[in-house]
Amino acid sequence: MEARDKLARFEQTIVPHLDAAYNLARWLARNEHDAEDVAQEACLRAFKFFDNFRGGDGRVWLLTIVRNTCYTWLRQNRPHETISSFDEKIHTPDSDASNPATLALQSANDQMLRQSLEDLSTEFREIVILRDLEGLSYKEIADIAGIPLGTVMSRLARARERLKQLLVDRLKEEP
Amino acid sequence: MDCKETQNLIDVYADGELDLVRNLEIDRHIEQCALCSESYKNHQALRNGLKSAALYYRSPDALQRRIQSSVRKAAKAQAAPRAQPWRWFGVAASMAVAALVALVFVPLLRGPAADELLAKEILSSHVRSLMADHLADISSSDQHTVKPWFAGKLDFSPPVEDFAKQGFPLIGGRLDYLENRPVAALVYERRKHFINLFVWPGSEADVPTKTVSRQGYNLIHWTQSHMTYWASSDLDKSELQEFVRLLQNQISPRP
Repeated sequence: MEARDKLARFEQTIVPHLDAAYNLARWLARNEHDAEDVAQEACLRAFKFFDNFRGGDGRVWLLTIVRNTCYTWLRQNRPHETISSFDEKIHTPDSDASNPATLALQSANDQMLRQSLEDLSTEFREIVILRDLEGLSYKEIADIAGIPLGTVMSRLARARERLKQLLVDRLKEEP
Repeated sequence: MDCKETQNLIDVYADGELDLVRNLEIDRHIEQCALCSESYKNHQALRNGLKSAALYYRSPDALQRRIQSSVRKAAKAQAAPRAQPWRWFGVAASMAVAALVALVFVPLLRGPAADELLAKEILSSHVRSLMADHLADISSSDQHTVKPWFAGKLDFSPPVEDFAKQGFPLIGGRLDYLENRPVAALVYERRKHFINLFVWPGSEADVPTKTVSRQGYNLIHWTQSHMTYWASSDLDKSELQEFVRLLQNQISPRP
């Protein structure tokens, strides 16, 4: 690909998704500074490997690279965050026990939601961000995270279950 | 659809990722079941909360500008790579070293890389023999016809055995070319599957069998009584191993 064409095509297909890239990086890194570094590195990598982009959804392609860059960064800087805890892997709470009143969930404000999301494990947080904030389909999430569709379904269900629990705990603490 | 199934699928249902039939079943169940209806509303409440714009981090303008300019810089660097003569010198020098290493040492190596290369060669030979409908130069199930046919065409005499009684009838032989030398290829059949057995003179020492799988084919190779053998087939591994065992016992019967 001619260098100028490549740049033009990159600016057309990938650059419009910088928000999505930053949002994912920001939620995975959980602070602005690291998120900016990771997002910038991911975009440069995306440009470097842009010849491998075979059309399709630029957002999904870019998010795959952002995710990989994030995980590499986390493994180097905060290795404990990339290991999913025993609790979340094995233990799925009874749905009855964590079936809070809808009213209670509706009263959760942004601040509570943000804190509860941040308390989720990286794996759980990522899947909720991709689905509920980014609005991606199960198939797209499977492609980005490199996991089977069935895993997307079960992980998402468990992540939301855990999120509800955390929210309810927070709501109880609030007066 | 009962409560347990509904609860298991409630996320998928609410995300609109369920197939039509089960979707309708859950619709119906939720209408009648207060508990499941509550957990569906719960799910919706959580989702609506997460849709809040305050939770989505938009990239700061400064970051956008920084990224765009660094990408443009990278594009420029790619468009006009600076001439760096010393780099070429380095490349040339390392190529010379590699060539020297290849000349001197590679013939001595019989490592995994060489085996890998040979496996590829064998596999394409095998596939070619099936594609071109050219399994055998001499079609015969009689080992006493096939064996003499190789005489005069090869500088060695491959062992030719028939295993019709054991379910692997010999169907013929042909000349093939591997590792820069003509080799014997013996063809066996097993329920419409073919086995190509490649044979050529090998090392003094016996080498135990090794099995590799490539693109749905199984390859087994070994060296025995100064001959190297490669058997290739789309038969499953255990059947091909059975064939190899029969052959090995025939070549040098155990005392």
